[in-house]
Amino acid sequence: MKIPLLAFNDKGIYCQQADVYLDPWRPVKNAIITHGHSDHARWGHQNYITHHTNIPIIRHRLGEINVTGKEWGETFVINNVKFSLHPAGHIIGSSQIRVEHKGEVWVFTGDYKIEDDGISTPYETVKCHTFITECTFGLPAFNWTPQAEVITDINNWWAENKAEGKTSILFGYSLGKAQRLLKYLDTDIGKIYTHGAIENMTNVLRPLVDFPKTELITRETKKEELLGNIVLAPPSAHGSVWIRKMTPFVTGAASGWMAFRGARRRRAIDKGFVLSDHCDWYSLLDSIKATGAEKVICTHGYTDIFSKYLRELGYDARTEKTQYEGEAAEMEKEEKDVEIDQNQTSIISEN
Amino acid sequence: MILCVLINIIRKESNSIRMKNFAQLIKALDSSNKTNVKVDALTTYFKNASPEDKVWTIAILSHRRPPRPVNTTLLRIWANELANIPLWLFEESYHIVGDLAETIALIIPATKEHSDKSLTEYLQEIIALKKKSDAEKKEYLHENWLALNYYERFVFTKLITGSLRIGVSQKLMTRALSKAEEVDEDALAYKLMGNWDPNTITFQELILDEKSSDYLSKPYPFYLAYPIEGEVYNLGNPEDWSIEHKWDGIRSQTIIRENELYVWSRGEELVTDKYPEFQSFVGLIPNGTVIDAEILAFPEGEIGTFNDLQTRIGRKTISASLLEKVPVILKAYDILEWEGQDIRNLPYSERRLLLEQLYDSLKDKTSHFQLSERVLLHSWEDVTAERMRAREMKSEGLMLKRNNSPYLVGRKKGDWWKWKIEPLVIDAVLTYAMRGHGRRSNLFTDYTFALWQTNDNGERELVTFAKAYSGLTDAEFRRVDDFIKKNTLERFGPVRSVTPQLVFEIGFEGIALSKRHKSGVATRFPRILRWRHDKKIEEANSIEDLKNMIS
Repeated sequence: MKIPLLAFNDKGIYCQQADVYLDPWRPVKNAIITHGHSDHARWGHQNYITHHTNIPIIRHRLGEINVTGKEWGETFVINNVKFSLHPAGHIIGSSQIRVEHKGEVWVFTGDYKIEDDGISTPYETVKCHTFITECTFGLPAFNWTPQAEVITDINNWWAENKAEGKTSILFGYSLGKAQRLLKYLDTDIGKIYTHGAIENMTNVLRPLVDFPKTELITRETKKEELLGNIVLAPPSAHGSVWIRKMTPFVTGAASGWMAFRGARRRRAIDKGFVLSDHCDWYSLLDSIKATGAEKVICTHGYTDIFSKYLRELGYDARTEKTQYEGEAAEMEKEEKDVEIDQNQTSIISEN
Repeated sequence: MILCVLINIIRKESNSIRMKNFAQLIKALDSSNKTNVKVDALTTYFKNASPEDKVWTIAILSHRRPPRPVNTTLLRIWANELANIPLWLFEESYHIVGDLAETIALIIPATKEHSDKSLTEYLQEIIALKKKSDAEKKEYLHENWLALNYYERFVFTKLITGSLRIGVSQKLMTRALSKAEEVDEDALAYKLMGNWDPNTITFQELILDEKSSDYLSKPYPFYLAYPIEGEVYNLGNPEDWSIEHKWDGIRSQTIIRENELYVWSRGEELVTDKYPEFQSFVGLIPNGTVIDAEILAFPEGEIGTFNDLQTRIGRKTISASLLEKVPVILKAYDILEWEGQDIRNLPYSERRLLLEQLYDSLKDKTSHFQLSERVLLHSWEDVTAERMRAREMKSEGLMLKRNNSPYLVGRKKGDWWKWKIEPLVIDAVLTYAMRGHGRRSNLFTDYTFALWQTNDNGERELVTFAKAYSGLTDAEFRRVDDFIKKNTLERFGPVRSVTPQLVFEIGFEGIALSKRHKSGVATRFPRILRWRHDKKIEEANSIEDLKNMIS
């Protein structure tokens, strides 16, 4: 039997011909990394290959690692297998990985979105035979509103909270969502304060993107100076003592999950903004069609439902089990790095 | 802030409140966990809405909705046509979203439209829709789904499918209405009870008039007890209290006025027809009498279980054989109206004397009217001992009522306390899971639990015994949800079978043999008490252990 160009094993997505893994979840020798989120860029590999804009991100998270940077579209050959990275539009530095051997082309998306968010290099369609796609929001219930409208809603919300003399606390994942929000917050309304995890990650990215000025919340920050201003914080800070000391405040969260009323109510968040760094239903279908792929492999999200629908549409589609978590991880899980930063900045002096 | 938005909207549309304002109100109520914010949003809405829209808003928030004009199967099919997806995909989406109206609102292509019709106009259309042909219904729905933005479409569909459960209790709504109209809250609660029809009643008649036209059937708001807090002897002198058992049936109000009988359940449902036994009270009990009582099953001349009563609840028509097999009685607690006078302000002890006199005059004439006896006890030790007799008495525990207490409105602390017995407990294995609804949508929070049983081949197997979906913290639910997603064995539509691995302590109030249950046993109010991280599935209990609990 012919060995597939990419196979799924207990360590990750494996190219045997090149002895290379894509986004492996266990330590391996050679790893090509799509982007910096912790379920894709993990610790412990001997050699990392990734887009050069992703290098500062994964160095920030993983420390000193042995990493090689590549340009978009630059082909690198490992044992006759041609690899290249192409923008995935998910977050800054996020890539799809194109793999070609003897005329057969596979593309692994990692996480991706079609809409140009203005800070990530926009998604590029890559023609292929087999498309390995995420489907975090692979249900017809997910249909995103254009970014500009959501941003307007967020700024209006901030202005209303300010008018009531309250602090706005906006939750977004510390890598990606937080910077996307930061880029478009209207600094005419007030000042932007940050949680340590977001401040640190944003500083890593400042050389690449022009962001508004931020103020890190420290032990010296008085809650009065926050009133009317906005605080960007990771979702895991919700409900913490760090937040409670900012009273009076109003909370908002920006995530694809906010499309569901239940998801927002469960987290006891005052206001949900539907803003995702993943594809919605139609973008998934459109992008798959545009690749021209006949075979589709769904890695994470509503994989069973989505691949069943793809089969009805005539694709040779299947599901493979991986350890990628998509936006669920970004919303639900506690992050270790966040907790550490929280300790550093946990006290807001009262009065 | 929500208030701000609402005021702005109302300013812009100063002449009339439209459907979109109602949708904004629902959104505001749905977006906050804070009672004050909700009451303020409601009050502002009531101050600005037209009288017709106010009546409809009150009706909807007290779960009086027009009869469903379209069945949900057709709703699904028609919504699906607009979304252009296969029906199975709609069903999968529905299981994940956890709410039909929300699913429909989400899958239909987005529009920026909104309608200028008022809430009342919409509801009148929905009422008229019921009599129309399927083709007309479909046309109406398609037209309106596409003419409303996402949230209005959600609210519109909710009005068609069912009540809006959005975290606003009737009590909260009543408080806001009381603020907006400057009418006493308790008086308002009484006006809103019973059988009024939002399509015919005016706001004047419902809220402002002294005595509404439908007063004959109108029940009083129920007075509800809180669970006792702390030690019982903190309640002071036991002689100040009346003690009775807390019966496990259906709390009800029985009204006899102008030779008519009306029986209301606590859920404000008129259930007169379900209990034909009580018709005999007309003529026996004088007109102008209202009794607060528990409806209990009484098979073979003894108090039955809630399970027995359940055979009577679901039926549309009650057959003669069922009447004979499971007769019911009223176990009377209190009397609220006597000789046509509202006597809720009399001290409990005086009301009880009236009730006991009434009972004495009836006891030889009907067996369906019984008294919930007061137990004469003089010390808290005796009360504590009496509580231990609850299972033997077939009660849920005790009720403690202060002798000089009036009959209040709703759940109030201080004068009435319930002191239930500790639940029965058993350790069971999680075997199936379903996604929850509302704030638990998309999370696996509805569980089925199993106990061990030895089958005919002498092998131990797990047999389902109860479902439960409360008792864990949100953090625990997330962890169990994560486990279920990673340990799914099989899928049956929305249900997943799960690798048996987690053990939970399940508590329940009562237990009875049952032919309807696979385990042969029915439990009452099963809920999760705690996650037994310390137990392996082999250490969970057996069906036999459970059956041994039946007294």
